[in-house]
Amino acid sequence: MGVTGRDIFLIAPELALAALAAAVVLLDLAPAFRRSERLRQTAAIGGLIVPLAFGAALWSDVHANGAQTGFNGALVVDKFALYVKFVVIAVAGLTLLASGNYARRFRPYQAEFSGLLLFSASGLTLLAAAADLITIYVALELATLPVVAMAAFAKTRAESLEAGVKYLLLSAASSAFLLYGFAFLYGASGTMQVVAAEGGGPTIAQALAQGGDAPFGGFAVMAAAVLAVAGFGFKLSIVPFHMWTPDVYEGAPTPVGAFLATASKAAAFAVVLRVFVEAFGGASADWTGLFAALAAVTMTLGNLVAIAQRNVKRLLGYSAIAHAGYLLIGVAAAGPGDELGASSAPPEALAETAVLFYLAAYAAMTLAAFFAAMTLAERAGGERIEDLAGAGRRFPFPALVLAVALIGLTGIPPTAGFMGKLFLFNAAVNAGLVWLAVVGAVNSAVSAYYYVGVIRTMHLRPAPDSGGAPRPDSNAASDGGAPPSELNESAAPGTPLAVNIALGVTALIVVVLGFWPGGLLDVARAAAESLLR
Amino acid sequence: MLTAIAFVPMIGAALVFAVRAPARTTRLIALAFALAELAMAIAMYVLFSASEGGYQFVQRADWVPAAGIQYLVGADGLSAPLILLNGILGLAAVLVSWRIELRVREYFAWILLLQGAVMGVFVSLDLILFFIFWELELIPMFFLISVWGTGRRDYSAMKFLLFTFLGSAFMFAAILALYFSFPAGERTFDMTALIWKDMSALIVPTSFVFGGFLIAFAVKLPIVPLHTWLPDAHTDAPTAVSVMLAGVLLKMGGYGLLRINAGMFPDQLAAAAPLLAALAVVNVLYGAFIVLRQTDLKRLVAYSSVSHMGFVVLGLASAGAGAAQLNGVGLNGAALQLFTHGTITGLLFVVVGLIYDRAHTRHIPDMGGLAGRMPLIAVGFMIAGLASLGLPTTSGFVAEIMVFLGTFPVYGLATALAAFGVVLAAGYILWTAQRALFGPRPERWSALPDATPVDAAAMAALIVPIFVFGVYPAPLTDVFEAGIAPIVRGLGG
Repeated sequence: MGVTGRDIFLIAPELALAALAAAVVLLDLAPAFRRSERLRQTAAIGGLIVPLAFGAALWSDVHANGAQTGFNGALVVDKFALYVKFVVIAVAGLTLLASGNYARRFRPYQAEFSGLLLFSASGLTLLAAAADLITIYVALELATLPVVAMAAFAKTRAESLEAGVKYLLLSAASSAFLLYGFAFLYGASGTMQVVAAEGGGPTIAQALAQGGDAPFGGFAVMAAAVLAVAGFGFKLSIVPFHMWTPDVYEGAPTPVGAFLATASKAAAFAVVLRVFVEAFGGASADWTGLFAALAAVTMTLGNLVAIAQRNVKRLLGYSAIAHAGYLLIGVAAAGPGDELGASSAPPEALAETAVLFYLAAYAAMTLAAFFAAMTLAERAGGERIEDLAGAGRRFPFPALVLAVALIGLTGIPPTAGFMGKLFLFNAAVNAGLVWLAVVGAVNSAVSAYYYVGVIRTMHLRPAPDSGGAPRPDSNAASDGGAPPSELNESAAPGTPLAVNIALGVTALIVVVLGFWPGGLLDVARAAAESLLR
Repeated sequence: MLTAIAFVPMIGAALVFAVRAPARTTRLIALAFALAELAMAIAMYVLFSASEGGYQFVQRADWVPAAGIQYLVGADGLSAPLILLNGILGLAAVLVSWRIELRVREYFAWILLLQGAVMGVFVSLDLILFFIFWELELIPMFFLISVWGTGRRDYSAMKFLLFTFLGSAFMFAAILALYFSFPAGERTFDMTALIWKDMSALIVPTSFVFGGFLIAFAVKLPIVPLHTWLPDAHTDAPTAVSVMLAGVLLKMGGYGLLRINAGMFPDQLAAAAPLLAALAVVNVLYGAFIVLRQTDLKRLVAYSSVSHMGFVVLGLASAGAGAAQLNGVGLNGAALQLFTHGTITGLLFVVVGLIYDRAHTRHIPDMGGLAGRMPLIAVGFMIAGLASLGLPTTSGFVAEIMVFLGTFPVYGLATALAAFGVVLAAGYILWTAQRALFGPRPERWSALPDATPVDAAAMAALIVPIFVFGVYPAPLTDVFEAGIAPIVRGLGG
């Protein structure tokens, strides 16, 4: 039962991330790193090559030999897990790249900020590979706790502290729900094993099937499923567990909001797919209705409330709720669609593929939106939507990126968002949930109102202090009587190169995936099929 | 070839936007691209063989094979004339924008992008590709109206966007439902294949799919009561955008109705025919009566569009009601109406825009006697007006008479009522001309200049097809006939 070298190899990306996190914090003691912002940034981001390389090595290994399990069945490395790991690591890298400038206000704790982010990333990557309930729980906590600290990192701002406390309390409560649900599941099945693994004993699905009960026939399994939905619902910010989302996104430092909205959500959706498809797999028809209803309610509420928002980050918070709803369409469709697929020759895994594709597309769009909003907030001097008036002329590049991101989030082609929604609605229709696809499509139309409203403010409204006349570009740098803002401490003269790169890369991904979704789609499909096997 | 037609304007848009040239150079670049586009459209039209029929210039490539999406373009008798129309109107739109001074590069980039997106709609034979171009057109329209518009432009732009987007949400669901209704191996978004499929057993009731498409196209055409965005958008849009909107964007709705609703769902069309006929009559008469009340010149033309699009719906209804025995005369009339209305109303908006540029008002009671000061513009207005009321020798006459011929045997009453719309059109056009162009001229209009050569060229670009196809419609009707014939066969004629 000992730990073998093979096990270490399987967990190498997580270990590398954790080591990198520790290294970033420790290296900060060295004077050279303390002095040079750039050196520290380069080390943190460049260091990500190591987990990525391990991930790539594992991919080729898994590609050749099939899915691997390790640590006596606690860990499974398949393409599904690796896909999510890549997304998380990419998000972490881009967030580090974009937050360097923002993090200056945390001086002298910038290194700790980067370190926490990397620790959380290692938890999220572990979550994607978790094969039993205990590992899922541990990974979830490992991912969550650093984020609590990061949310409260701007410790002189009450909103930030509030965000941290709120996230901590609600996260603890949701973990309790989840544990309670897991306890029921263990009670009903007698095993913790979600994924079949050598040395791991029977899986939950097998045990439940042997038990003779129809999985939802038993009260215990139903209670487990409901509690698990509630527990995961917090992470996914689905209605009615969404209340924290806008508050935390608004209050926490912007890069934290970006990370939460993307990496955290990607890993959480991955684990939900894993638990529901694999552990509750036989009962798919029963939870389809539940997820379909949650999806419809979540996206509708998110979109409707977003219309009323005046703060960009808060708007993105509600938009994140709405997008959780879209993603849930895919989770709901994962049920019956696969049953249909099982009857025909190969399982199509349409829904799982769509969710995975959308996670990546959504991550790119949301990161672009958050980074651009962050840059604009710093330079235009406020986070309210009105503050962005005239930004299209004064700060053309971030404003353009934000416009691209919002058009993508609306789902207008040719962007990643359109393709993602296409695949998700595809899956819904394939699963016979045509009504859900209609609800989703109508919701996209509703969301156009507030997304395009922001674009309109940026590009079509004159800057507030220019008296209605279009102002020349040369005025961009200095405007008399800059509005006070608690965020605007550093008042950087221009957007740093690193931020511009992050903006450019994310926007480029949004557009490129809109034209050529095929490559990523194939990878996502391979990953999704490994989930079903 | 069709790929070039769809993407050359987009390349032009990128170029115009990227090159930081003086305004004059920018205009000339845009003009060059519009001319090239028109030349390609004409070349395509000339090379298109009406006798051969079917889909021509087809290009096919896998785009997202995993999701069954193809890059598939082609032209048939239905789309070829509309491609030509878009080429003509694109040129007119660029010419009529010559006096734009605000953010010139962006303006022309959006105009060219708009033209390219509309071309894409007409050349696409894959439903997803079609849908993508359909949505793509929203972005330039939104910016064009809200930056360069007048009046309540923010409101109008957003209203346009939301109406269209909401309509297309239903189309999107319908497309997907259609795709997944077939067993795994036979799924396709290919319209050329879908028209031969049996639509009787889909995963949702076929009438829902039909209805999804119908809603999207009814918003665009527009069919009352989904028309309310149109007068606002038209009134507040800059001239060139009104021209494109009336000239080709509405035609996307009609094109979709003919290509998809009539082409793929003949049974449902037959079932919906009485409803469509009723809606058509409402469209024609409601639009025409509202026109009579208008004092704003642009709003007047906008409502006259609503009225005229009623004839398209009427022709469609006649085909559904079993008039296919008549070789689809009504359907041909509807298709022809799309083309002729595009040129005629395009011209009307050009003229109205020119008047507005000079007089800075669109309020009809303020005008009077303008013909004396601007004879060329007045001539343009009269030609467009007379063509619009269906005067013989103009192309407007041919289209409407065909719709009536096709419809009368099946819906006598509806035809009679709709024909009354033509009477009303004569009334409002002539009355407007009398109030605006003739009669006593208020003193303040005594210094208005006439059309510049550029303006005249814009008008000429539209007047030429009005007369050419009015006197000798065969080159147009033959091509449409080739495109309509398969649809008529599908309808059982």
